[in-house]
Amino acid sequence: MTAEAAAMTGISPRDAERYEEKEFGFWLYLMSDAIIFSLLFATYLVMVGNTAGGPTGKELFSIERASGETLALLLSSTTFGLAAVALSAADRSKVLIWLAVTFLLGACFIFLEIGEFRGMIAQGAGPERSGFLSGFFTLVGTHGLHVSVGLLWILVMIGQVLFKGLTAPVASRLMRLGLFWHFLDIIWVVIFSVVYLPGLL
Amino acid sequence: MDVSSGIPVERTARPYIIGIVAALILTAIPFGLVATGALPRETTLVIIAAFAVVQILVHLRFFLHIGLEAKPRENLVALAFAAVLIFLMVGGSLWIMFDLYHRMMV
Repeated sequence: MTAEAAAMTGISPRDAERYEEKEFGFWLYLMSDAIIFSLLFATYLVMVGNTAGGPTGKELFSIERASGETLALLLSSTTFGLAAVALSAADRSKVLIWLAVTFLLGACFIFLEIGEFRGMIAQGAGPERSGFLSGFFTLVGTHGLHVSVGLLWILVMIGQVLFKGLTAPVASRLMRLGLFWHFLDIIWVVIFSVVYLPGLL
Repeated sequence: MDVSSGIPVERTARPYIIGIVAALILTAIPFGLVATGALPRETTLVIIAAFAVVQILVHLRFFLHIGLEAKPRENLVALAFAAVLIFLMVGGSLWIMFDLYHRMMV
């Protein structure tokens, strides 16, 4: 067993309890975030028909781009899971590799999304064009902002794994990052099911 | 990842592999239906909604490791409570707004 693995397993029951409490607190934050997203979904659904004579989802959305974004995010959830598996095996280099792959997939997603937003704004379909587009940019933009924060968090954790090693606090933070990342994937499943697919139909 | 403790306990990639295969299938079918327009609009919408619900459950089970046996149960209880709030607020908002919409249109 490496020194890192010993550091991970050698935590006192008191510390373990503390990490569990942090985990639960973070879970409560995610649930409140889920409520914010659900109300943005409700707003979008109320607004979706109000195009004010402007472009509709059918004219603006691209199924190729939506599938690309979906594929990048789904795969990134799995690669993060593989980082967590490597973490429990205390395999530092594998943790770093999978975190880096997760970061790249997340960055692909953001790259595609920014391209989509820029294209829409360039053709005069920005958030100010209609109620539908205000709802769209608020909902999808809030999710994109969350993913961007997640990317920053992945970079910070790559730095911590590099410089601090797989200590118990670092492992605990990686766990919470995992919850956040998988949660954003679920929100995206609802976004493509509520926004993109019905819009393209 | 085990939600119940600060330290991950999982040893295998198995749940993630099952999860991604299921997620890709559950994603490819609705995307394929929309791309080909094989079925009538209403049927497709129902299938999209049903597949989304199943996919959320798959993500919760295989990526977030939340099951009915989840420990501590507080995680599951918090999730259930959030689900009730979401149902009331989203369902209530949509009900009120579309009722208003129909009354205004008359």
